[in-house]
Amino acid sequence: MLKCKLVSFLAVAFLFAGCSKKEPAATTAGGTPTRKILRYGNGTEPQDIDPHVVTGVPEQHLIQTLSEGLVSEDPQMNTIPGVAEKWEISPDGLVYTFHLRADAKWSNGDPVTAQDFVQSYQRELTAALASEYAYMLFNHVRGAKDYYDGKITDFAQTGFKAIDPRTLEITLLQPAPFLLHAMNHYAWYPVHIPTIRKFGGLDHRSTAWTRPENYVGNGPYVLKSWKPNQVIVTERSPTYWDRARVKIDEIDFYPIELADTEERMFRSGQLDITNEVPLTKLAVYRRDQPRSVRVDPYDGLYYYRFNVRRKPFDDVRVRRALALSIDRESLVKNVTLADEVPAYDFVPQNLLGYRSENSFQADIAEARRLLAAAGYPEGRGFPRVELLYNTLEKHKIIAEALQEMWRKNLGVEISLLNQEWKVYVDAQHSQNFQFQRAGWIADYVDPHVFFDLWETGNGNNDTNWGNPEYDRLLHSALSTHDNTARFAIYQQMEKILVAEMPIMPIFYYTHARLISPRVKGFYTTPVDNYPWKYADIDP
Amino acid sequence: MVSLSPQNLPSADLTPAQLEQGTSLWRDAWHRLRRNKLALFGGIVVIGFTFTCVFAPWIFHLSYQDQNLDLGATPPSAKHWLGTDTLGRDLLARTLYGARISLMVGLVASLVALAIGVSYGAVAGYVGGKLDSVMMRIVDIMYALPFTIFVILLMVFLKDPMQAVDAWLGRFSLFGFHVFEGMQGVGKILLLFAAIGAVEWLTMARIVRGQILSIKKMEYIEAARSLGLSNRRIIFRHMVPNVLGPVIVYTSLTIPAVILLESFLSFLGLGVDAPMSSLGTLIKDGSEKMEEFWWLLVFPGGAFSLTLFSLNFLGDGLRDALDVRASKD
Amino acid sequence: MLRFIARRLLETIPVLFVILTATFFMIRFVPGGPFTAEKAVTPEVMRNLERAYDLDKPLWQQYTRYLRNVLLHGDLGPSFKYPNRTVNEIIAGKLPVSLELGAEALVLALVLGLTLGVLAAVKNNTWIDYVCSSAAMTGICLPTFVLGPLLVLLFAIHLGWVNASGWDGPADRILPCLTLGCVYAAYIARLTRGGMLEVLSQDYIRTARAKGASEVRVIFKHALRGGLLPVVSFLGPAIAGILTGSFVIETIFQIPGLGREFVNSAFNRDYTLVLGTVILYATLIIGLNLLVDVVQVWLNPKLKFE
Repeated sequence: MLKCKLVSFLAVAFLFAGCSKKEPAATTAGGTPTRKILRYGNGTEPQDIDPHVVTGVPEQHLIQTLSEGLVSEDPQMNTIPGVAEKWEISPDGLVYTFHLRADAKWSNGDPVTAQDFVQSYQRELTAALASEYAYMLFNHVRGAKDYYDGKITDFAQTGFKAIDPRTLEITLLQPAPFLLHAMNHYAWYPVHIPTIRKFGGLDHRSTAWTRPENYVGNGPYVLKSWKPNQVIVTERSPTYWDRARVKIDEIDFYPIELADTEERMFRSGQLDITNEVPLTKLAVYRRDQPRSVRVDPYDGLYYYRFNVRRKPFDDVRVRRALALSIDRESLVKNVTLADEVPAYDFVPQNLLGYRSENSFQADIAEARRLLAAAGYPEGRGFPRVELLYNTLEKHKIIAEALQEMWRKNLGVEISLLNQEWKVYVDAQHSQNFQFQRAGWIADYVDPHVFFDLWETGNGNNDTNWGNPEYDRLLHSALSTHDNTARFAIYQQMEKILVAEMPIMPIFYYTHARLISPRVKGFYTTPVDNYPWKYADIDP
Repeated sequence: MVSLSPQNLPSADLTPAQLEQGTSLWRDAWHRLRRNKLALFGGIVVIGFTFTCVFAPWIFHLSYQDQNLDLGATPPSAKHWLGTDTLGRDLLARTLYGARISLMVGLVASLVALAIGVSYGAVAGYVGGKLDSVMMRIVDIMYALPFTIFVILLMVFLKDPMQAVDAWLGRFSLFGFHVFEGMQGVGKILLLFAAIGAVEWLTMARIVRGQILSIKKMEYIEAARSLGLSNRRIIFRHMVPNVLGPVIVYTSLTIPAVILLESFLSFLGLGVDAPMSSLGTLIKDGSEKMEEFWWLLVFPGGAFSLTLFSLNFLGDGLRDALDVRASKD
Repeated sequence: MLRFIARRLLETIPVLFVILTATFFMIRFVPGGPFTAEKAVTPEVMRNLERAYDLDKPLWQQYTRYLRNVLLHGDLGPSFKYPNRTVNEIIAGKLPVSLELGAEALVLALVLGLTLGVLAAVKNNTWIDYVCSSAAMTGICLPTFVLGPLLVLLFAIHLGWVNASGWDGPADRILPCLTLGCVYAAYIARLTRGGMLEVLSQDYIRTARAKGASEVRVIFKHALRGGLLPVVSFLGPAIAGILTGSFVIETIFQIPGLGREFVNSAFNRDYTLVLGTVILYATLIIGLNLLVDVVQVWLNPKLKFE
């Protein structure tokens, strides 16, 4: 039986002890308290902050500020308590029992109860609401899919059960060893049901419950005001259970689409943390103000996808030839510039301790041999190949650099084609392309996220590639509760991927941002979660 | 003497012979244009620059796509006269190739817009009545339709024909030479002209219509009509030359607009494909990097400005030269 | 004249109808929909989404339903991209910002453009003309995405006089207004100069001069009237564009205006928002073009309302 590791929680508490000793409200020399305000560049304007309706990253950052799930993560990716102060997992890995803390409160003062969670999940699984992340629940929890499809109408028959106001039991379909990590996704967060009822009903996507004057959350911050396309202001919650730890009084989220605008705002002191850094500015900041640059690992793979049904990529030798003949080190050092990690495998390294044993290597001689064996010696007779990417400066220069490498190393001419985002995505899902840029960012921290993708017919596979042996291994990994045994299966799966190369890995993402040296204790997890309650800012 | 009122513009004492001054008008204009030093200078620069763009890359073996990743962006040097971009590509080559595309797009699309706009506006203004109403309401509709969506649709539905054009050009052989082999993407450029032409003529049509309305009731037009000249002859022989001034000025404003519009269309995937670029995309790119790599903005921007200034001097000269009345001084 | 205006207003109905219908169907034929995402939405979720927004009904039914809502209730529907806001709210919230910025920029553009243009024309082929024309040409050679950042670097970062971006105090209006105004000023200056030159050489102006009318009177009373014709024709659509916001300027300066919605709604396939913005823009265009036609008659009394 796995028990909540209170040790890890203490470790985090210790880590931030330096900051948490101080009183939350700083005082100036004169003795009057000053408000600590952190201004954060949050990318684009969020669609909404209803965790059951939205899908994007800016929304993720806001929701994690305004609400809290059952569990949370520390910088070492250990699971730490959230609304649940402890939990148990049954020996067969199928039943999770969460014990909610007594002092967890909504921002209107109501206690956060197990019923709140059950009702939230019921709302998310209501077909009429059409929650895009409902699959995160119904892929794992018993009966959830049947309820979603309308096969059962009584929610009590699903695996979600409130034993008492402070005990929540979740029963799974099959052991999902990564479930606690997956629960850090906002799809698992609770919503305040009475508020939603009051402002439009549980099965409506377009309601007013997320307006600042109506919103009720259970996170470290509450929503104060929302000026569309200008700023969203959040304030320390007076009811949050861990409010003593929260040090910053106000966090302002600025939706800034243009990296250059963001950088100029940072430079003129209008922002404390940016969402990204313009490529050319990164070197300048590193040289002039290295303390203002942060580059964090980001659990994502940047890759090119082959359509294995289209010539010439129906031939594995051509796929391997292209994958082996590019200089990823040079690309990362000279083009993408943000310490990205060259990818010679299919999973970011050291993800929960998983390390690939079957990585491939760049080998131009081998690539030429493969190409010749496929019938295109020196690239002669190579058909017209179009590389499709969505319009963005970064994708363009990467494609240009790789195009040149293939021309020089293989004698192969690849044409580049850019498309507007939705046209490009449409081409992807209808497999109407030969060769396409792609990226995959993990929703939660576990190698499963990256292996799941290449299952035959997975909605995000989009390569037309499939392998029965691979699918079989994937399913056996899902029911393997022990991580060592599970990771051994992943090694075999990765071996298949390296041999068949349905996609061409290029690099693992990083997240570069500008951050004022005044900001302390800010950390992000590899899936870009920010636990704001640990951060502080000097006046 | 005519009285001081606009009703009597311009002199009503033109004879039919003077109305038929078609050829001599152009000859006189050419004569006057040659005496206008600024216009001449503009013309020479435009022609010289065009020749440079077309032949210099070929003569100096400049490549717009050869990279040197380790070199990266470098300021102007003996080897790279205008420096290199972040991928270590020669900026001179990229600017010249880019200018070639932009000049072609700017001139051709503007001329398309000019031809459509002038004929459309002239007919609507001259005929008037119901036809005018219908034609101008169509212009209103065209203005309001969402351009982004129109362009995306154009690309989706014309993708196959575009590729057919490219494939045909690639196969086309003249005595065994594949003369158009290197011209992939021509289909897309044609589509680009269509997309730009579809919007840029609207304001031109409205301007021309306004001018035509203002001279329609003038005596010399009435005179031409009473002589029994055909409508077509009256419009294109007598009215259009009299509204050429604003037309030339507006065309000279259309060219930069079109060149910049091209960089927006390339965002939608219409236009030249990477690694080739146009002046518009180079300037856009340079504007994002101007603080670190000034040359990336200054040189493409300089080429853009040089072209525009010269074209405008030429345009002004042309306007002056074609001004029938001013020439009587 | 009233009859003319009434007739034109009547004509507006079919025009708006055509625009609305064409846009409604155009946007539906564009690849990708409001819920097309890189992370594929599972088929059962997609079905529910379509049901939630009535996208599963036949297209003509969706169309008649939309028309009914717009015509009877003035309801432009909920936004697909921003579920907790309606299109009416989005437009109502952002239009005033764009109107304000646009109006300020327009005044700047008119004052600057007309001054430069008239000066250049009156002093044709003198150094004054060259200075004014070059200033106008410089404005044309500097696209907004170059001028905007340049102004920010100079006034916000190096001099520190104003904020780099934002839309709070009056000082935040200066740079965006300057950026937007300069471009239009350049266009207006060139067109004014061209139009004025055309008129200044005409006989009635010479006559006026010969009769001893003062130069100021000649220019403002007689020449400007005819010379402004092309500018006025240009201004109709230009004002509609300037008042509905500019995508580039709003993104550079972080302004919550409508210009971004025009572009982003199309990229997001936010069907209702696209239609809402198009209806607004179409109404403006039609109204302003009508105004232009009226002004043209006023400028040139020889014309009649027909």
